[in-house]
Amino acid sequence: MKKLINDAETVVDEMLDGMVAAYPDTVRRLPGTQVLVRDDAPVDGEVAVVSGGGSGHEPTHAGYLGEGMLDGAAAGEVFTSPTADELEAMIDACDSGAGVLLVVKNYEGDVMNFETAGEMAEMEGTAVAEVVVDDDVAVEDSLYTSGRRGVCGTILVHKAAGAKAAEGASLDEVQRVAQKVVDNVGTMGMALTSCVTPEKGEPTFDLGDDEIELGIGIHGEPGVERTGTMSADEITDELTDAVFEDLELDSGQAVVTIVNGMGGTPQMELFVVNRRLQERLGERDIETWDAWVGDYMTSLDMAGCSITVCAVDDELKELLSAPAETPALTVR
Amino acid sequence: MSPDSDAEAAVTAVENVAERIEAERERLTDLDSAIGDADHGGNMARGWQAAAEAVADLEDPDIETVVKTAGKTLLSEVGGASGPLYGGSLVFASAELTDGLTAESAVAFAETYLEKVQDRGDARVGDKTMVDALVPAVHTFKKSVETDDLPPLDALAKAVAAAERGVAFTVPIRASKGRASYLGWRSVGHQDPGATSTLYVMEELLATATAHLDREAPSADASSPTVPDAEASEE
Repeated sequence: MKKLINDAETVVDEMLDGMVAAYPDTVRRLPGTQVLVRDDAPVDGEVAVVSGGGSGHEPTHAGYLGEGMLDGAAAGEVFTSPTADELEAMIDACDSGAGVLLVVKNYEGDVMNFETAGEMAEMEGTAVAEVVVDDDVAVEDSLYTSGRRGVCGTILVHKAAGAKAAEGASLDEVQRVAQKVVDNVGTMGMALTSCVTPEKGEPTFDLGDDEIELGIGIHGEPGVERTGTMSADEITDELTDAVFEDLELDSGQAVVTIVNGMGGTPQMELFVVNRRLQERLGERDIETWDAWVGDYMTSLDMAGCSITVCAVDDELKELLSAPAETPALTVR
Repeated sequence: MSPDSDAEAAVTAVENVAERIEAERERLTDLDSAIGDADHGGNMARGWQAAAEAVADLEDPDIETVVKTAGKTLLSEVGGASGPLYGGSLVFASAELTDGLTAESAVAFAETYLEKVQDRGDARVGDKTMVDALVPAVHTFKKSVETDDLPPLDALAKAVAAAERGVAFTVPIRASKGRASYLGWRSVGHQDPGATSTLYVMEELLATATAHLDREAPSADASSPTVPDAEASEE
């Protein structure tokens, strides 16, 4: 498999240096770690919002560093949680004294390392709070998790929490709005092809030319069903129905939607999916308050997409539309 | 025995564990490849080797610092779920050794370690995890020290035997935590790698403690409350 890398061993390290070189006024790297933080961290008087996870999901997480979103992002090896000591270093570097919110995706390694890091930081006197994002409606337990996986809905948690923190809100308040997003968001994904990890150099799972996998996670771990190929509309309907069923939305409810590319799917196809998604929302008399389309949380070069729907009230509308200035997302 | 000699013994224990895990590397990886992702042997060997180097580099440490350093090194080197479970739990439990090693602080250490592993992994006995080895070991140790009034070394030997039975118990049961749980019934018949590595660590602790007390016994100050009981070394 052809890849634009030098060495699987150094790919994360080199990626991070490249990111810093691309956004020197926005992010900096904590020396000796795989942690990137906002250039101006810690931001005086503000609660810090930090996140992190395995690499291979770019622009997640470091792409969301900046005003109005994340203060710190720890990168693990490809598809591997960052270690607790790196997470602790991130927490220390981002805390201005107002406390730190950890936004964690529900994967066993991530949850354990974040909790350990959080407790170690607390022992040193830092106020820490945590939310665990578990928006994937596809499977209840998976290869990597007890309970539902945390996937693309995490971006909305980053956005809302970051906006609340930028208002100067307390740690409790920032955690509250983050949890509100977690409680109101659902996602389901699918794959047209497997991804290829740098280390392995070949597809991580076999998917025939005439097969797709529904309900897949962001590491190529198994989904709920492997089927024959379907049209974009049929796939969109499958994903949308599963998310709707989980969220139990009432007619008239306002939502934010994300059609997220998995890394190997052209925007053309994502817009086709979004077209159908909006039709389906219209049929159910659900009001799309905002629709995001793009690569927000990828799975290396996997082709496919996920659909995220988040029910929003006035508070979440305000937070999700508040200004943000990050490499991967700008809201003005 | 002086606090420094406890720290010295702790350094030796970490080195012995590192050596043992390296020797069992393939065995652990084989166990993990049956029901997990085949990295337990390599991860643990790398982690403990780094821990051994880190504690050897400490200057004039106390036992708390040795244990804490080993834990922090495991956290950063092992990664995944084993890093926080092994390393994180050691870091937190090390606080119980602030005033040195006594029968009492050893029990507190073991209990805190177990508590952290259970909190973090959210696992109970029967889930086919390291908890299946740890719970009987820690409970046996506590009971042996507090209720049966056994010398610490005898209590530790009983705890190791309990851990061994716990490891055997993981073979016939179905995994319901960790990556092995994804296999469901297919996990039956396989020994849990985490419980197994836990047993190896405990066996090395026992061996190190035995040698340590053998060496210390002749010069030990009988009035010191930190002397576990030289009789226990079975000279």
